[in-house]
Amino acid sequence: MSENKGILIFSDTYDLTLELLGKGRDLADKLQAELAAVLVGSNVQEKANELIKYGADKVYLIDNPALESFQAETCLGVLHSLATSYRPEILLIGSTKNGKPLAARLATRLETGCVPDCTKLSVDENRRLIGERITYGGNAVAKVTFKSKTQIATVPARAFEKPEPQDRSGQVTKLDVKIEEPKTEVVERRPLETSSVRIEEAEVIVSCGRGLGNKEDKALLEELATVLCGQVGCSRPLVEDRKWFSEWVGLSGHKVKPKLYIACGISGVIQHVAGIRDSKIIVAINKDPEAPIFEIADYGVVGNLYEVLPALKDALKKQLG
Amino acid sequence: MKVDPATRQLITAGAPKKISDFDKNALEEAIRIKEKLGGVEIFTVTIGSEDAKAVLREALAMGADKAYFVNDPSVQGIDTLGTAYILAEAIEKIGEFDLILCGEASLDSFSGLVGSRLSELLNLPQITSVRKLSVEGDAVIAERALEDANETVKARLPALITVTREINQPRIPSLMMIMKASKKEIVTWTLADLNISKERIGAKIEVIEALVPKTERKRIMVKGETVQEIAEKLAKALIQEGVVGR
Repeated sequence: MSENKGILIFSDTYDLTLELLGKGRDLADKLQAELAAVLVGSNVQEKANELIKYGADKVYLIDNPALESFQAETCLGVLHSLATSYRPEILLIGSTKNGKPLAARLATRLETGCVPDCTKLSVDENRRLIGERITYGGNAVAKVTFKSKTQIATVPARAFEKPEPQDRSGQVTKLDVKIEEPKTEVVERRPLETSSVRIEEAEVIVSCGRGLGNKEDKALLEELATVLCGQVGCSRPLVEDRKWFSEWVGLSGHKVKPKLYIACGISGVIQHVAGIRDSKIIVAINKDPEAPIFEIADYGVVGNLYEVLPALKDALKKQLG
Repeated sequence: MKVDPATRQLITAGAPKKISDFDKNALEEAIRIKEKLGGVEIFTVTIGSEDAKAVLREALAMGADKAYFVNDPSVQGIDTLGTAYILAEAIEKIGEFDLILCGEASLDSFSGLVGSRLSELLNLPQITSVRKLSVEGDAVIAERALEDANETVKARLPALITVTREINQPRIPSLMMIMKASKKEIVTWTLADLNISKERIGAKIEVIEALVPKTERKRIMVKGETVQEIAEKLAKALIQEGVVGR
């Protein structure tokens, strides 16, 4: 039996496909192996060429009007047949709500291991993939590796940078595949509204958590953010529990790395911390001197955010002139 | 959970065994279906060492009718594939079913793979990340929240569903329910009872280490007599860091 070789990547969302190409290229170069992407959709020929520019050596293109929306059974069939014929040593799959179950089913069909939600990936001298993931209810980071091939890892959105497109060449192979009968029927699909400003681009983020008492008090953060030409963010409870915001900063939401991150009334659970860890300077303002956020802050203020924020705004205005 | 400060290792020994929150949501949903439709039997299955039995007692107290317990020394250190193999064999042995409900993920490892692996092994339609569901005739209709949309999805029974924590508020069993549950049956099986070899459930992945993340931050606490004084000091520090202005 010949050895498995090369890396195959797939995601049901295009942005994540590009992020996987960035990390995939890095790993492929280290292994001196080929990087292939699987692109499934309707009318996506142009995107296939784009994937080459973003780092793919090969693109397997499945272009079919029936694949306009995500089809789990067909994608599973395609990936399974590519994995058995092309025999990649590593398969990276975008860890979306559709992608993760797909990876789990594929790993089961291939009787192999799967490490979900890797935020770091590397290879060792034995070509083994090592994934890092948050575990134990968010209390620890585990390094996990594989005892079987194909090594399947899923990767959440924004864990890795989208690469810069380059002038490079590669091969696009069009595949005709059988459209599998779906086992479930999507009766209705209701798209969510998303905000147009990308918080990942902000150089300064003033962010709030449970310590914010009322929705209207967002204004306090907005005023400080305006002085700093920054944006306002929040932690997960303000979206999930209180519905005051539509998107949150954190591992499961937006991963950010601004020059300055000001966390106001945020306790600092690891899922949030994991989403801000790459910020240059972190400031924490919290009433509770024991709040874990102070452990990962450069500057900490124990105090009431309703007093500290206006005072900080005035002080900055004065000193910045 | 406690941390050993010298090694940054988590100390898991002695941590109490309990039903993972998501699994409680799955069981609660099963009980609600039973209450609504009637004529439903709820079976609960778990794999683990002897002390995992307490988890099944809790499930029976909540409202499960019968529990199955796979207890075998070889299950130590199994991964999500091995877990799914055992569950699949146990479910085949239990007999016919209409619906399998699983938690979306366990609270400790948060892998979220077992439900999907199980659906593949049993060749079942699956709906994941479900936050609302109803059984109508021979189908299940479920709402799932995706990153960019909400979906209503329909599947023919038998099917497998994984639920999120939003789906319901699990009940807390009363003393009466706990007493009643002590009469309910827990069937214990070994791997041999399920015709599973030790080799078949060998782990495909290996945890090299699990550490509490290290941080390299300045951790300067800004102090002062008044809020204004603190704010002045902080503003000055931020300007010196070059992270504000220009």
